Amino acid sequence: MSSVAALAQSLGITLKALFSKPVTIPYPDAPVPLKPRWHGRHVLTRHPSGLEKCIGCSLCAAICPAYAIYVEPAENDPAKPTSAGERYAKVYEINMLRCIFCGLCEEACPTGAVVLGYDFEMADYRYSDLIYGKEDMLVEVQGTKPQRREAVYTGKPVKRGYTVPYVRAELEGFKAPLRQTVGGVEREETGHDEPLGRH
Amino acid sequence: MRTQHAGQSLWSVAAGVLLVALSSPGLAQTTADDYPQDPLWLVAVKAFLVIFGLLTAFAYMTLVERRLLARFQVRLGPNRVGPLGLLQPLADAIKSILKEDIIPTRSDKLVFVLAPIISITFALVGFGLIPFGPPGSFFGGHPWVINLDVGILYLFAVSEMAVYGIFLAGWASNSKYSLLGSLRSSAALISYELALGTSLLAPVLVVGSLNLRQIVDWQDTHGWLILFAPIAFGVFAITSMAEAARTPFDLPEAEQELVGGYNTEYASIKWALFQMAEYVHLITASALIPTIFLGGWRMPDPIPDIPYLWMFLKIALFLFIFIWIRATWFRLRYDQLMRFGWGVLLPVALLWFLVTALAKVLGASNTALIWLSLLGIAVIVAIIVIRGIQVRSATPRAKGVRA
Repeated sequence: MSSVAALAQSLGITLKALFSKPVTIPYPDAPVPLKPRWHGRHVLTRHPSGLEKCIGCSLCAAICPAYAIYVEPAENDPAKPTSAGERYAKVYEINMLRCIFCGLCEEACPTGAVVLGYDFEMADYRYSDLIYGKEDMLVEVQGTKPQRREAVYTGKPVKRGYTVPYVRAELEGFKAPLRQTVGGVEREETGHDEPLGRH
Repeated sequence: MRTQHAGQSLWSVAAGVLLVALSSPGLAQTTADDYPQDPLWLVAVKAFLVIFGLLTAFAYMTLVERRLLARFQVRLGPNRVGPLGLLQPLADAIKSILKEDIIPTRSDKLVFVLAPIISITFALVGFGLIPFGPPGSFFGGHPWVINLDVGILYLFAVSEMAVYGIFLAGWASNSKYSLLGSLRSSAALISYELALGTSLLAPVLVVGSLNLRQIVDWQDTHGWLILFAPIAFGVFAITSMAEAARTPFDLPEAEQELVGGYNTEYASIKWALFQMAEYVHLITASALIPTIFLGGWRMPDPIPDIPYLWMFLKIALFLFIFIWIRATWFRLRYDQLMRFGWGVLLPVALLWFLVTALAKVLGASNTALIWLSLLGIAVIVAIIVIRGIQVRSATPRAKGVRA
């Protein structure tokens, strides 16, 4: 009996699957639900006063295992400082083709200036366009280079293909598309006990 | 490519002509047929409608099956071509027609080209037998193409012929995978056809006719045949699945073991023809099961008999069940299949046939047959339970581990 019963039971299981919601995320049509601690395109954050946090110490460049970061510091103008410290980053470039998004730069940064954000749609046509400078990474910048280029071309706001439940505190001031949480409880950061696809 | 197109038009014309010829007054018996024959042109129109309809149904069956399978696996399935993926069959058709048509050098070229044509032709000609409504409900014509007194025999003959397509394909390809696949397929089909044929003897005995239209009419007055021959119904449903080479019995084309089975060496439209034949078999099976056992296009009394509608719904139901089973169950191993075919299905079908025959000879009424059926089901359930208990008690069980 057990084998026949098992066959019947298996039919029930698949029938239940038929009436459940597919786990597929139709990505380009629908945004990808990301975790709050996703490692995406870097963000250069600012103090609440508007001064840049980066002091041009190059520790991020030193720790970078992929040698993807180039920093050129300069002295702050005391009358009109760019950063909160003595010096600031005159040039801050990350080669996104080299970057492995490990997040070591974020850990090395003494001022919490460079933080990994959420943008990941960086595919582009030229190598040179994948080197992101300060103007591409400062906290007020929305989207990646190709996304902003497209927004200028179409005249529409930057369209990003993801949502996050909330923006983590380190990314202070960074605007990311938020998604509704069920019952106000976001379970994503627990990282376990989470059924696949139930974002 | 040229031979291919010639072949393609050839088979469709051949199938149509065959259907028309079979329905011509010379061949079709008129003794049991109280209705006037349709004019030949109408028969031709119906034949081509059936073929066209079947091929369209095949195309959309592939889509429906893929979408349903995807949903069974909690995915979305193909939904990119057209709204809801509705143009996917068209894209598939264009792809398979435009693909390079390869004929292996060492193959027997004539047979190689002929095999898919045989396969699809004999798959197509079976469907014309199914009645879809009362006489005269097809714009004044009859809603069937052929009305044969030997209807079920004809169906068996046609479906047996379809095995030739598979077997010749495997032989002509000159490839070990194809040959193994076709051997499996032939062996399996022979063992299944026996049970299939035997299982249908019981309902034929009960009704006293091989004519599908008369079987449907008999069920309208006496009740569905599933009541009188539920065991035959079970055996027939299982063997129909095997006949269409569907999942529990799809080992002729077990992709994981045999590359593609008998159609390994086939490409482009010839491969599509084999797929087509398989799906047409499936559709024919899902039309035959309700026609023979579930009242065909008629419904029991309080529900009005609506021509076409009930039949289409019943076909859809069985197609769904076939897809459901494909999404759930595993493939039987070759020896399991053989043991199941010869050791279980055939004896059960034979035994039930003998019981029915005895009951008929002893002049048992139809109610007695229903009681006999219930008894038969009880016996089968008892055997399964006893067997299960035996297996369970013989299986060593680890302590503290949930079975």
